[in-house]
Amino acid sequence: MSILVNKNSRVIVQGFTGKEGSFHAQQCLDFGTKIVGGVTPGKGGKIHLGKPVFNTVAEAKKETAANVSLIFVPPSFAADAVMEAAESEIEVIVCITEGIPTSDMMLAKKFCKEQNVRLIGPNCPGIISAEEAKVGIMPGFVFKKGKIGLISKSGTLTYEAANQVVEAGFGITTAIGIGGDPIIGSSFVDLLKLFAEDDETKAVVMIGEIGGDMEIQAAKFIKEEFHKPVVAFIAGQTAPKGKRMGHAGAIIAGSKGTAREKMKALEKAGVTVTESPADIGKSVKKIMARP
Amino acid sequence: MKVHEYQAKEIFAQYGVPIPPGKIISQEEKAEAAAKEIGGNIWAVKAQVHAGGRGKAGGVKIAKNIEEVKKFVSEILGMRLITHQTGDAGKIVKKVYLEGGVAIQTEFYLGIVLDRTLEKPVMITSTEGGMEIEKVAEKNPEKIIKIAIDPLTGFQNFHARKLAFGLKLTKEQQREFSKFASTLYKVYLETDASLIEINPLVLTQENNFIALDAKINFDDNALFRHPEIIKLRDLDEEEPSEIEAKKFNLSYVKLDGNVGCMVNGAGLAMSTMDIIKYYQGEPANFLDVGGNASAETVAKGFDIILRDPNVKAIFINIFGGIVRCDRIANGILEATQKTEVAVPLIVRLDGTNSEKAAQILKNAKIKNIIYASNLADGAQKAVIAAKGEQK
Repeated sequence: MSILVNKNSRVIVQGFTGKEGSFHAQQCLDFGTKIVGGVTPGKGGKIHLGKPVFNTVAEAKKETAANVSLIFVPPSFAADAVMEAAESEIEVIVCITEGIPTSDMMLAKKFCKEQNVRLIGPNCPGIISAEEAKVGIMPGFVFKKGKIGLISKSGTLTYEAANQVVEAGFGITTAIGIGGDPIIGSSFVDLLKLFAEDDETKAVVMIGEIGGDMEIQAAKFIKEEFHKPVVAFIAGQTAPKGKRMGHAGAIIAGSKGTAREKMKALEKAGVTVTESPADIGKSVKKIMARP
Repeated sequence: MKVHEYQAKEIFAQYGVPIPPGKIISQEEKAEAAAKEIGGNIWAVKAQVHAGGRGKAGGVKIAKNIEEVKKFVSEILGMRLITHQTGDAGKIVKKVYLEGGVAIQTEFYLGIVLDRTLEKPVMITSTEGGMEIEKVAEKNPEKIIKIAIDPLTGFQNFHARKLAFGLKLTKEQQREFSKFASTLYKVYLETDASLIEINPLVLTQENNFIALDAKINFDDNALFRHPEIIKLRDLDEEEPSEIEAKKFNLSYVKLDGNVGCMVNGAGLAMSTMDIIKYYQGEPANFLDVGGNASAETVAKGFDIILRDPNVKAIFINIFGGIVRCDRIANGILEATQKTEVAVPLIVRLDGTNSEKAAQILKNAKIKNIIYASNLADGAQKAVIAAKGEQK
């Protein structure tokens, strides 16, 4: 089992024929993802990477019965692409694009909620369900199959964490990069709820970072309702205040959103919080050894 | 992106948000003429730097005659202003803003900022004008009035009423406030601001609202559609190495330690800083070489890190996904041939093509290179090397 995407997911790629879209769509195909087509306005009717290209998401959905979309559209048009997918009621929309204006995302997210579709990202590496489907840009080989769910605000740190989990003798069910922007489609809580329902996932690794209060909300949720063990790491313990650390969302405003504050809240909720990013694998081993 | 007070006020003026009359001055000889042109018999002389706390640091003075205007302008221009936001190095004042006095009845606070939890802009007001709003929020939270604005409805009259009643304004004042607040929201929306702050917002004796101070930050992601705002960028206010890095799509933040870091990905870059600290070292910088790292970007990364004389070792921490490790290895090779790297280089390359990369580096026999097998190993070796305790 897995969450969000699996081997039966029918995926379309928006921004299919662009450089990024082509490269990563091919990588996803090689992984075994069922990509059923793509969307590039104005290129409808062509065949790209052996799959049909459509002008609109509506058309793509009608012809392919797609239920997942992977978006590589440039930042100035990306929110529009998200809303187009939402309008067609694509169930899971994964937006990889970095650099989307916050005000655009504010509207796009609202619309996704209204349409009752799930948005992952933007500014994220996507979703991978081990041995089933990769809907994103992560290196597939790192994510060996196992029992651990992974939710992360970061890209490469997700790969690092997955690698540690695998080296510790465990594997991954599904790993989701939720993105590093101030406004993202799905939160830790949203995805913890899905992992709670997934029998195969025995524990969850959560990688947060400075900025916002999503991790604090996760702590509250874990304390009250989530019964599987959780390991957490919060990146940016040493980040200076008021400086944007790469991700648009990774910024400490005033005294809010510090790593310390989040680590404390998670610890209080019973989460195993690692100080060092190199101890994620070890911590998983420890909690999995518990009776 | 941040702008100066006078630039924020120019934007306000374009939208019709009331501001006092003012002039920007960068040469002290211009002070007298500017004061006369503004008119009146009282002026504020304000240092223009991108930092709060200017008043306390002596960067804002009230002049009661032309002689005082000249004196204060000459004092503040060129001064090194050290506030709680500038750090110990402070900032050299290159421009002062001369502003006409206002007959103040009451001072308020008014701001708009994105609330990440609500995912909406919130407008915040308080009767405690002129105070640091974070402190008011801490000590007298009841004195803060907040409303969230749904992007679908925009700013409505009921929003304004809620704030105005909270401030205990009279009916006439309410009308003025409502106009002021809705115009300010328009500025926030149309310029893609991420923060607007007016502290203090002044109610004049004539019952008009006027922005005595102004601060606007803009959403960097939206600058592509605001060429007029990009023009307001003041490069003097930014760290030169950070500007240089941006040109090459590198995300760099200078810090005070001695272990230089070169990493792919923002999260991994932040946690690399964390792990260096965990092993009792101090990171010299945050550097994300991004997802398209090439020989050129790696070389540029070295160049930028090595401009910092504090750097005693460089930790290259790459988890190859899309970025292939062999490409990074070739980048390191090329960079070390071009630029002399005199400090120890601790290299950890994991993920895609890491074995090929290790081979490339071993064959090249770069001096000063230390290999690390994983994140913890690399961080420890880097910290030790920076302390000069390497074998």
